Amino acid sequence: MYDVIVIGAGVTGSAVARELSRYDISTCVLEKCEDVCEGTSKANSAIVHAGFDAAEGTLMAKLNVRGNEMMDELSRDLDIPFKRNGSMVVCIHKEALDGLKELYDRGIKNGVKGLKILSREEALEMEPNLSENVQGALYAPTGGIICPFELNIAMAENAFENGVDFKFNTEVKDIKKGEDDLWHLQTNSGEYTARYVVNAAGVYADMIHNMVSGNKIKITPRRGDYCLLDKQVGGHVSHTIFPQPTNLGKGVLVSPTVHGNLIVGPTAIDIDDKEGTNTTADGIDDLISKAGNHIRNLPIRNVITSFAGLRAHEDHHDFIIGEVSDAPCFIDCAGIESPGLTASPAIGEMVGNLLKEKMALKEKENYKATRKGIVKTEGLSIQERNELIKKNPAYGNIVCRCEMITEGEIIEAIHRPLGAKSLDGIKRRTRAGMGRCQGGFCTPRTMEILSRELGIPYEEITKCGGESVIVPTRTKEGSGNGAASLEGTRGEVTGA
Amino acid sequence: MKNYDIVIVGGGPAGLAAAVSAKKAGCDSILILERDTELGGILNQCIHNGFGLHTFKEELTGPEYAYRFIKQVLDLGIEYKLGTMVMDIAPDKTVTAMNREDGMFTIPAKAVILAMGCRERPRGALNIPGYRPAGIFSAGTAQRLVNTEGYMPGKEVVILGSGDIGLIMARRMTLEGAKVKCVAELMPYSGGLKRNIVQCLDDYGIPLKLSHTVVDIEGKEHVTAVTIAEVGPDRKPIPGTEERYICDTLLLSCGLIPENELSRSAGVEMNPVTSGPIVNESLETNIPGVFACGNVLHVHDLVDYVSEEAGRAGENAAKYVKAAGDSSEQGAAEAGAAQGVDTASAGKPGASQVITLVATDGARYTVPSTINVDRMSDLLTVRFRVGDVYKNSFVSVYFDDERVMHNQKRIMSPGEMEQIILRKSQLSERPQLKTITVKIENE
Repeated sequence: MYDVIVIGAGVTGSAVARELSRYDISTCVLEKCEDVCEGTSKANSAIVHAGFDAAEGTLMAKLNVRGNEMMDELSRDLDIPFKRNGSMVVCIHKEALDGLKELYDRGIKNGVKGLKILSREEALEMEPNLSENVQGALYAPTGGIICPFELNIAMAENAFENGVDFKFNTEVKDIKKGEDDLWHLQTNSGEYTARYVVNAAGVYADMIHNMVSGNKIKITPRRGDYCLLDKQVGGHVSHTIFPQPTNLGKGVLVSPTVHGNLIVGPTAIDIDDKEGTNTTADGIDDLISKAGNHIRNLPIRNVITSFAGLRAHEDHHDFIIGEVSDAPCFIDCAGIESPGLTASPAIGEMVGNLLKEKMALKEKENYKATRKGIVKTEGLSIQERNELIKKNPAYGNIVCRCEMITEGEIIEAIHRPLGAKSLDGIKRRTRAGMGRCQGGFCTPRTMEILSRELGIPYEEITKCGGESVIVPTRTKEGSGNGAASLEGTRGEVTGA
Repeated sequence: MKNYDIVIVGGGPAGLAAAVSAKKAGCDSILILERDTELGGILNQCIHNGFGLHTFKEELTGPEYAYRFIKQVLDLGIEYKLGTMVMDIAPDKTVTAMNREDGMFTIPAKAVILAMGCRERPRGALNIPGYRPAGIFSAGTAQRLVNTEGYMPGKEVVILGSGDIGLIMARRMTLEGAKVKCVAELMPYSGGLKRNIVQCLDDYGIPLKLSHTVVDIEGKEHVTAVTIAEVGPDRKPIPGTEERYICDTLLLSCGLIPENELSRSAGVEMNPVTSGPIVNESLETNIPGVFACGNVLHVHDLVDYVSEEAGRAGENAAKYVKAAGDSSEQGAAEAGAAQGVDTASAGKPGASQVITLVATDGARYTVPSTINVDRMSDLLTVRFRVGDVYKNSFVSVYFDDERVMHNQKRIMSPGEMEQIILRKSQLSERPQLKTITVKIENE
């Protein structure tokens, strides 16, 4: 029995878990996938929004602005990359200039700081690759970029280190209130019970909610296709560039990522399939045509990957956060679509405060708000690298040659709290395989390290858990043990 | 860390041949830096035969071919470091590298030979729609898993792209008991060698579908099916031509990209057509003393040509180092960037005849891009590729406006590299010659 069970280890569930880990209670996160950050949290624009988009008075507006404010301290505490690069909403039609003013006014009402309307000239000076047609822009200096994986992973790790349990590959099938007044959660791996349940199930939040409530909600997966461009062109723009918003969302943005790529996306296509993360030719074509409207010479030929994510769009287009009226002790965090990533720490805080009051929670003495990330060798000086290599030679061995990730980083990703178990797990923790060759070279090497460090055969290594095995069988005469044969030759640095 | 005259980045076929030639040309201070755990590069995973017909007049496997050069490197006492990644090449030819034993170190080289090879174009760069499950591999990655590690990616295979590695893998997977259902090629012609189509597809009854591409990948966790469709002249899929193949593996062999990130950081100028450095007759880049050869320069079909080309790069690098040394002995300024070109040009600074090579009318590029006549050898091989399939057409070479070569070829295709040979005497007897144009003509 747990005091609180959180359903979902995405950015929302992990933020809630981290907040709850302050208190002297037992908390468990149930996640249907094999790792944290497997749904909406892993496939989005990776933007920390300023907060001028959401309508005044909505939870979205409030939590966006609050989440944005929290991000500096949080990124320091959790040792994750975050940069306030500033964002711009670009107007390319004279008759739409009023729209910028509207956004500006809304932003001011929402409490966004530093907003400024730029003339065409000012906008072009700040961002020379804007379209010729630019008429003006709204500039928000508090807009930022962040690594969504690291934000999610760091909050989860920090929660785990503060005593929260995580159960992966655990899918909630049914929830009932028992006669013992506890929630009974049926999963594919047995029953869990808890006094309180937090529903942070992303695109499945409606299904989870509807298990306990008569007031049904509906979450529509709204697919967004993205293209990620090579770091070579990561400097094409330095701010996050938005078109003017429409009723389908904030439109196709072009932005540097915090790791130096250029991201273009998303589309907005409502679908039925909650797992429908397939890109389509139409989606990508649409994306490319729209992105070109605001940016000059968009170097779309430098695309290194495309992907799609699903926003958890609730019919009323606001976050639903709070105790379900006809299901006491059941807390929803539903409809967490954009700006959900930005708002996540604020959602965690809000739910934490709500439960603190309801459950009369007491803070633990030994709560540790900080977490140290994986050692990142990129950008280290020669001396720093050599100190590291002296301690552990694995930091001298580059495995991913595109992102220059060392074996040491990969080994650490595997052995950390809530460590990586698959190629994608390693990719999201270290960036190995995320570069321009998309794992072409490092996949076999990373498999070797996973096999060795986890003590599992190659045939059990997966891309992302489940059925995603990389090499199901041996060859006819496969001696199979690539890892062992390579081990023998490594280190023979021979000068003749 | 010791200093070296020549640092060679990459210990694959190009780096090995360059090292051997540089040593034979008199340079005793050579270091090969190789990121893998063995010398030989990608040849080590190419266990099929067909290598070395030009170089050794016999048919070798990839590892056998590599070993011919590795043995020479060992016999000649050329130094090398394995498991060593070059992290940076500075414009002044300081090479920064790293490995487990030495940590990170720098070597101020007098000459650098770029021999990093190429990488495969990944799925993401092809904008193939669909899911992103396990079971999608570039052909070379699959080749490593099968041939080196001994594991099979799957049992039912569709291959997109008819590059040579894809064709070779079609046969390999078949021999390993998998069913290769088809090879789809976007273009109306194959990207690989004719002999590979015959020996790897035709002999095993594997259909090659030209003007086809993948329009959907199914399977949320692992590939379960792939849909291909015919494309029109605009290379866009034609609705209604879709065919769905149940499969567990999709291999991609859709082009190779020279790995020039280090070259770029060094300030080496690139040719947008080859994605490789722009080089002169000595295979020297715009940075004096930085040479390039093999697939980092332009993607080859035959390793024999890589070895030949790399041999020239090695020889020229040795010459460069020697000339730089001679000039500094004469009390001239340190052989630096500005002086490098002239020190190698047989004592006629400033007076060199430099000719520009232009590829046009079906010829896509030439390597080299310029020729300094004083520095060229008696015979110079100029390699190029055509942009389309040409039947019974002519390779024509113009010296300025004068057509001096007009050779008919039964067939030319983008998958097979072409070459012409220029004689030094032809050029030096035309001191006013500015431009050599290579083009394809119908008659």
